Parts: sequence; C-alpha cells; structure tokens
Amino acid sequence: MTDKPDGEITHALPENDAVTHGGQESHLYNRDVQAWVRKAANRGIYDIRGMGAKRKVPHFDDLVFLTASASRYPLEGYRERCETRTVLGSRNAKRPLELEIPITIAGMSFGSLSANVKEALGRGASAVGTSTTTGDGGMTNEERRSSKMLVYQCLPSRYGFNPDDLRRADAVEVVIGQGAKPGGGGMLLGQKISERVASMRTLPAGIDQRSASRHPDWTGPDDLTIKIEELREITDWEIPVYVKIGATRVENDVKLAVKAGADVVVVDGMQGGTAATQDVYIEHAGIPTLAAVVQANAALEELDVKGEVQLVVSGGIRTGADVAKAIALGADAVSIGQAVLLALGCNDHVWYEDGKTPVSAVKDYEDLGTSPGLCHHMQTGRCPVGITTQDPELEKRVDPAWGAKRVRNYLQVLNMEVATLARACGKSNVHHLEREDVVALTIESAAMAKVPLAGTNWIPGVSGF
Amino acid sequence: MEQEVRSRKALEWDLGKSPVRALNNYLHHGLAEDGVEEVRVLNPDGAHHIAVGMDAPVRVDIMGNAGYYVGGMNKQAEVTVHGSAGWSVAENIMSGVVRIEGYVSECAGASGHGGLVVVEKDASSRCGISMKGNDIVVGGDVGHFSAFMAQKGHLVVCGNAGDGLGDSLYEAIIYVRGEIKSLGADAQEEPMTDEDHTTVASLLERAGFDHPTEKFKRVASARNLYHWNSEHDQEY
Repeated sequence: MTDKPDGEITHALPENDAVTHGGQESHLYNRDVQAWVRKAANRGIYDIRGMGAKRKVPHFDDLVFLTASASRYPLEGYRERCETRTVLGSRNAKRPLELEIPITIAGMSFGSLSANVKEALGRGASAVGTSTTTGDGGMTNEERRSSKMLVYQCLPSRYGFNPDDLRRADAVEVVIGQGAKPGGGGMLLGQKISERVASMRTLPAGIDQRSASRHPDWTGPDDLTIKIEELREITDWEIPVYVKIGATRVENDVKLAVKAGADVVVVDGMQGGTAATQDVYIEHAGIPTLAAVVQANAALEELDVKGEVQLVVSGGIRTGADVAKAIALGADAVSIGQAVLLALGCNDHVWYEDGKTPVSAVKDYEDLGTSPGLCHHMQTGRCPVGITTQDPELEKRVDPAWGAKRVRNYLQVLNMEVATLARACGKSNVHHLEREDVVALTIESAAMAKVPLAGTNWIPGVSGF
Repeated sequence: MEQEVRSRKALEWDLGKSPVRALNNYLHHGLAEDGVEEVRVLNPDGAHHIAVGMDAPVRVDIMGNAGYYVGGMNKQAEVTVHGSAGWSVAENIMSGVVRIEGYVSECAGASGHGGLVVVEKDASSRCGISMKGNDIVVGGDVGHFSAFMAQKGHLVVCGNAGDGLGDSLYEAIIYVRGEIKSLGADAQEEPMTDEDHTTVASLLERAGFDHPTEKFKRVASARNLYHWNSEHDQEY
C-alpha cells in the first residue's frame, strides 16, 4: 500500500503479481483509472495542466513519403536549391507576410511565458526569416522589437488589445479557438499574475484571471465578417487577417472563416498546447491534427480558394518530417508552440547559467511533484528551466541570446529536413509536395489522411475496396 | 480627395458619393494635412465601421443611423451619431467621446480602455461587456448581461437593467437608477459612498443628463470568484 502526496492510497501491485494474488486486471477499471477516481474523490477538483493531448492518436508519424525512383526524378540533395519561401495573407492585404521558411511560431502569451522567452522566440524566428505571434495579454515591447514579423492575436478576452499595437503589427489573428481547448476560454492562475502581467491585462495582481470563450463584440460568422472588415478599416487594409480555429468541425469552420474574409486560416489540432486547461478538455475535445489538415484542405478546395487563402496548421508539429507531411496534405505553413519551448529547454534536466554552464533543475522538478521529461506544470509558474514563469529569479534561467540561437537552430533544422524530403520527392519547391507523395502505415491514418495504405491502393472510405 | 473641404476646419463627407473605406482612410491620414477639425458625414444609411481607428482630436458628426462598430477603437476624437447605431459601438475605445443620440444594439462600449461612451436612449444586451477602463452612460435601459466580466471603468444606467447584470465582474463599477431585473454571478449591490455620488454626478454632467444621484444603486464585484475554487463550479 502506498501513500501518495495528495493523500490517496493505492494498492500498487506489480502487474505480473495480479494473477498470483487471485485477481485480474480490469481494462475498464485498471489501476490508473482507479487511482484517478480516488484522486477525484480526495480532492474534489479536477486537474488543470499545460501542454497538449498526451493520448496516442493517428499522427504524421503514421505517414511515409514515396520518394523518387524510376517513376520520379529527384533533385540533387546537397546541390540543387529547393525553395522554402512562403507568402501568407495575399488575398486582401497590401502587405502580406513573406516568410523565408514555411514554419512560424504559434501564439503564446506573455504571462504564460516570460519576457525573456518571448524575446528569444522573436530573435530566433527573425534570424530564419519567419514570424512569431503574441498571445492572450497583449504585445510586449520586447517581442515587437525582437520580431521582424509579428502576428497580433485578437482574442476573446481582449486583454491588452489596443489600436496602437494593432497598427504596429504585421498581421492580426482573430482567435476563435485553439486545439487544446476548442470552444473554451482560459485561466491564468494567480501565481503567474505579476504586477506587469496584471497591468497589461487591467486586472489586480495575484488573482486567477479568466479568459472568455466568446468574443465580446461579435457572435457568429456573419458578425465575424463585419469584425474582420473593421480590423481592415482600422489598419487601412495593409496587413493580413488570420482566423484561428480549434479543430472540431473543421470543414464547416474553415468555410465560414473564408466566407468571413480571412486571408489565412490557422487550424490547431487536438495535440496543440496550452498553458493551463482542464486535463479532461485537453484529452477529450477536438480532432487530431492529421485529420484536421485534410478536412481544412478539402474545404479550401471546395471553395476554390487554394492559393488565395493560405492554410496554417498547428498541433504537435515537431520535426521537418511533420512539416513536410502537413504541406503534402495541403498546408501552406505550420505553426509551432510546444516544440520551440522544448528547444528552449522545456523538460530538460538542466538549465544554462548565462547560456553556458549547465545547472541541474531536477530538485525543482521534484518540488513540483514531477521529473524532467514528464513535466506539464506550466500553470504553476514555477518552471524549473525558467520558461513558463513570471518569477524574476526563474526567468533568468533563459538567456535571450542563448535562447534565440536555440530557436534559430531548431527552425533551421526543420527547414533543412523539409527541403531534404522535398528534393527526394523531386520537388524544387517545398510547396510542390502533394498528397500523392505520401502513403499511410495504418488503416486509421489512411482513412484520416485520405491517402492509400502503404502497399495498397486502398483509401478507407474513398477507394480501392 | 473627391470630397470638398469647405473650410480649413470643416469638411462634409457624403457617403453616397465616397464609401466608408475612403472616409476612414482620410480620417486616418488626410485630416492633419488639410487642417480639418470637424467632419460631417452625410448619408450614413446604417453603414458599418464609420470613423473606426480614429486618432486625432477632431469632431465627427454622423448625420443619421450607423451600423456596426461606429467609433471603434477611438482615440481622442469626439464622434456623434445623430441617429441610432448597431452592434459594438465604440468597441475597444481608448479615449475621446462617442455619443449616440438614439438607441444602440448589443455590446456597446465593449472592451474599452478609456474614454466616454454616451447612449442617449436604450442599449441592448451586453452593454459594457469586458470593459477595461472606459466609462459608459446610458440614458435609458440596458439589456441582459451588461458589464459581463467588466474589469475597470464605470457603467451608469439611468433607466433599468436586465437580467444577469455584472455577471463575473472584476473591478468595474455599475450604477443603476431604475430597477435591476437580476444580478449576475459574483455581482452584489453595495451602499453608495460619497465618492460614488461624485463619480455619478460627474459622468452624468459629462453625458448631458440631469438626474439627482440619490436614486442610483451601486453594483460591484463580491470578489468571490477571484480565486478559482471547485465550490464555485457552475459560476465560472
């Protein structure tokens, strides 16, 4: 019998001992489920945590490329140029974003992240010619200064939202939802509400700040059309307007966003991250990114706006292979959140003093009741490696220059990987990757991605029965 | 510019001849060059987005009804609608004054950070939702869920308030002269202090209303939802 820190008591029999002791493990009520029920009974409160869905769902790992052979002619891998330039927002804006790579940094708030981290993201993204994005809580001067291209989020809370920052943004993103909690608002717990964060959000320091799930000044797609026009009028039709949705009814939502006038539609799958949301929401709402990109692309094709309205996909994008597969399935670019935090040291066992000397963070993980590699305690503000915090001492654990280099390196590797796969498929431009370049390794992923199961011509639900 | 500058200080802009987009562009960039300090907008006919994104100490008179977002994100300017207006009048207002002589639809003054919004007749639901420092004075009634999640600033209602007033309030203060149909979660009626009477009197004077402050009731946050608590499960 084991006493757990939160007071629950579990009978922790090793799995092989179950039969010996005269029992049989229940699939429905296995020991993890039993422990969860006891925890709920003990605490009377559900779990809030950070990161995205942890359950295994069909993902880009379940696809492989059919690279060139006799029937396709490859590009010379180390010698021939493969274009990665990406333009977002060309539909209506006078100044679309011209990115050097098809990879952007997703919206993450100052408040959830430290100012040092926001600066590192901006500098790192700028070094490889791509954009970063503000989050709930408004725009900081640090991130504006450090970001060559900055997308300004217009969220339901409107914390910190103002016309001056809107006019100095390079694009504006109307956030309807995010993959970790589509249809939900947010909560930044009081321990992360420093005086500066509170001031930017016009709320008292130290209180738990709720973010609304609905926009305050419009309701429904017809109103969204008018809202988007207002944003364009205020910015003199200069900058692109993105619309971000959490992936649920993707085909309908993408069509409505396009109808409402979006230049760019951002679709965030269920693996997308959050700083703090109910665990039940993260794991049980929304659809996988793999399914979402296919549905989003189908909606754009049906409306005949491919090439006119760009699709950005996010939620569990980790590697260049993920990026390449998302593009092959119809994305124009991807957006990354959790993985760039990992690049900055999230869940690492050490942090780097002055960006050089490694210092163990294991004790700090233990104090949070977790360990490196398993931490999802962004909501506490006690980030052992100084990323998701507003604590002045913890924040110092990320040196902006060091962090910028890490972000730049990571994005550079991803871009090189995308180009490598594209060349191998015979493409001189990563945007020429297409659905017929990939096949699926599982029936589920074949059905979701609407590509053949490897070695067959069977696309479940579509062809080859 | 197609419109005629009638003097160095005044301009009439006919939306029947040049659309809102051209007007806004002029209001953003042309005013200073022409030295115009007053603009009369003719034939608005319920158009959306009139005079949004203003950032100049000028007067804009809209001679008729306006649609959604009139005076949106206003800074410095004094915008008057000589008629009624649609949704989200003066949303995200930062400073200046937006006045509507008639009625307004939903979400008037939503998410404003500063400045004054005056509605001379009634405002529909969610008036002052998410307000962050602006002041709103309504001559008539306000609809349900007004001042929902309002963070800072004042909502003064000279008439009656609908259901759920001040639901999930933060630090904004609501004053109601008439009846309150019901209060929202965490909103409570509190005694009027001398400071409250002074605040209401000042706002009424700025808005051009003449009511004694004695009949006004103060509604503010009970602050029971400031810290997340499972006992408040259905109230968040």
